[in-house]
Amino acid sequence: MTALLAAWYDLRDLSGISREITEWVQGWGPEWLASALSGLIGSLAILAVVGPTLLLLIWVERKLIARIQVRYGPNRVGPRGLFQPVADAIKLILKEELVPRAADKWLFFLPPVLVFIPALLVWGVLPFGPNMQVADLNVGVLYLLAISGTNVLVIFIAGWASNNKYALFGAMRVIAMTISYEVPVVLSLLAVVFFTGSMSLNGIVQWQQQEDLILLLLLPLAALTFFIGGTAELNRTPMDIAEAESEIVAGYHTEYSGMRFGLFYAVELLNAFALSALMATFFLGGWWLWGLEEWVPSWLILLAKTSMVYFVLIWLRGTLPRLRIDQLMSFCWKFLVPAGLLFIVVAAVERTVLLETDWDRTVALPVMAVINAAITLAVVVLYARTAGGPLARLPHAPIMARGRVGGLRAARELAEAAGGGD
Amino acid sequence: MCPESPPTSTRSEPVVVNLGPQHPSTHGVFRLKVTLDGEVVQDADMIIGYLHRSMEKLAEERTFTQNIPFTDRIDYLAAMSNNLAYCLAVEKLADIQVPPRAQWFRVLFAELQRIASHSLANGTFVNDCGAWQTPLMYMFREREKVLDMFEMTCGARLTTNYMRIGGVAFDPPPELLPAVRAFLDEMPDRIAEYASLTVDNEILVVRSRGVGVISAEAAINASLSGPVLRGSGVPWDLRKADPYCVYDQLDFDVPVGRNGDCYDRFIVRLEEVRQSVHILKQVVDNIPGGPWLTDVPLHLRPPEAEAYARVESPRGELGFYVVSDGGPTPLRFHCRAPSLINLTALKQMSVGGTLADAIVTLGSIDIVVGEIDR
Repeated sequence: MTALLAAWYDLRDLSGISREITEWVQGWGPEWLASALSGLIGSLAILAVVGPTLLLLIWVERKLIARIQVRYGPNRVGPRGLFQPVADAIKLILKEELVPRAADKWLFFLPPVLVFIPALLVWGVLPFGPNMQVADLNVGVLYLLAISGTNVLVIFIAGWASNNKYALFGAMRVIAMTISYEVPVVLSLLAVVFFTGSMSLNGIVQWQQQEDLILLLLLPLAALTFFIGGTAELNRTPMDIAEAESEIVAGYHTEYSGMRFGLFYAVELLNAFALSALMATFFLGGWWLWGLEEWVPSWLILLAKTSMVYFVLIWLRGTLPRLRIDQLMSFCWKFLVPAGLLFIVVAAVERTVLLETDWDRTVALPVMAVINAAITLAVVVLYARTAGGPLARLPHAPIMARGRVGGLRAARELAEAAGGGD
Repeated sequence: MCPESPPTSTRSEPVVVNLGPQHPSTHGVFRLKVTLDGEVVQDADMIIGYLHRSMEKLAEERTFTQNIPFTDRIDYLAAMSNNLAYCLAVEKLADIQVPPRAQWFRVLFAELQRIASHSLANGTFVNDCGAWQTPLMYMFREREKVLDMFEMTCGARLTTNYMRIGGVAFDPPPELLPAVRAFLDEMPDRIAEYASLTVDNEILVVRSRGVGVISAEAAINASLSGPVLRGSGVPWDLRKADPYCVYDQLDFDVPVGRNGDCYDRFIVRLEEVRQSVHILKQVVDNIPGGPWLTDVPLHLRPPEAEAYARVESPRGELGFYVVSDGGPTPLRFHCRAPSLINLTALKQMSVGGTLADAIVTLGSIDIVVGEIDR
């Protein structure tokens, strides 16, 4: 009994509860009941975490964006507007859900439901602590890539079933973009897998713990590629062309109203948070923080790191304009993919060096980190110099007429004086 | 010999997409019908008239003074400039002298209005490029201060109805000039802050450089004016070319673009805000005393004549053509609306680009639908 209580009250490892229960069931019941029960507890725990987090996320995102935009943000419902998401959800549920006459009724109904599934499944393999993980798949990375791929299908169903031109445009853009950006994401994760030698997410975190080094320092280019590719898959600014408000209204969910729209909106935030958590796990050491996880609950450390990445996402959303679809594509295929391939070669060479030689790893890894940082810097600077073409290199200030007034002749003279010519 | 199998062809045809009259980036109730081949614009049809209020006809039924409020509602984002242009036309028609104090106040408010209008135009332009509301909010902050000054002076923020035939309606309150001075002191920093966020932003540059290009020649042929014309490199500003009020006593420069694209129109507007601040700094120190309104009969009956007066409104050459038959109401009242004429170049600028480019181009022209439809 005391052992049970001790495990229950250990905040650092909440999986103790689940373990105690399953062990107790194993004592008298069949094996399948124990596994089923452990899975059920894990799923319920995720649902219990995700729901409130989602409500909080909406508030956090709106508040932060408001701060960036010199406004107050929601501040009427509840203390500091904290209950605004609840009020919004009630409003959305009460609203009429319109179905366009030309829409495919069944297909139209499916996407808001289906879109939640991948968003929730991602959390299944995420390690919140050394033992806190619903399923420690040894192919966790592959599982994640497969899950994120299904999202495209759901969005295309939404765009197609709406029978709306804006929605179809949005869906087409999503497909083109997500399929392209899947490649750099896979390449960046390949570099991670090369180094850690593990496809399990917990294995990747444990490798970072073992080597006392977060992968962001060792593989900066892979981290950058993963972050940019992930942002593209989320359809967030600066890559929100799928729902580009100023162009195609709301993209694939133009025709969705009421809580159906609310679900799309919620999943968008949830996916952004999941991406932040994955970024934290792969590249920032997950639940591990140089021994601090012995004192602070590991899931709090993961949450802190996730929030940091999420803040960067919100920051980008509040600051950057949107790229055009052809620019997004050329950025992916002309920069991210070659850079990812280059980095794979680098990672493979370094990994072989680590395996084949008996160099001191505490020296070899920092040296490799410095080399990789230099490569990243060189690649990014080189691209920044050449991107944009000659037009983008025109001066960013207008020509001043200096008292010259007139028509075409004056225009030509001014242009010549400025060195441009016609 | 086996029969040829029927060719399996995928049929593809252009899609017609309606942008508007209710669409997030049509700036009002303007409707753009684009024919798209994938994402590329093949044809763009502009459909206007959703905001038509028959102003020019209504104005023929009202006295010359009663028509001033109409001009507010023609270009509701630059009411002061419209007031000014109409009053200049009637003053030319009836040969009315305007006292110097009113002249300076007219310039003061016209330039404040230019700052407000250009701020909004640049904010919505960056918004159309996809920056999620942030630049718009920053620019609204500046515009709000200008509107506060309008409110301080004449009680209204948008539809000011402040200029009168023969001067201005009221002498502004004593706290106006200190407010303007404080605004001018902080404005250069605000413009620099704003420019640092947008002008050198790589995404904004690649989104708008080389997009919606119109050459100087084509711009002149299309009779464009204002920042759209100057963006194409033509140094044509009515404040320099045909000075009215006291602009010939003021020192300022006219910015022109290099390439005639959306980015040029954007930076030209930004520089014009800087120049307006420079003008205002000279104006606040030079306002003379004296009367601000000449005595003009309420039922003004100008002699049988016609007059056309033009000003450089934030959107371009804004002209009013007024004909009098000697009666208390104008026989003909016509407005040369810069938005309408600048808009005619939209098709030329956007065909061949993508849908996203067409939206950015529309944003860079800075239309006000109230002025297009009247």
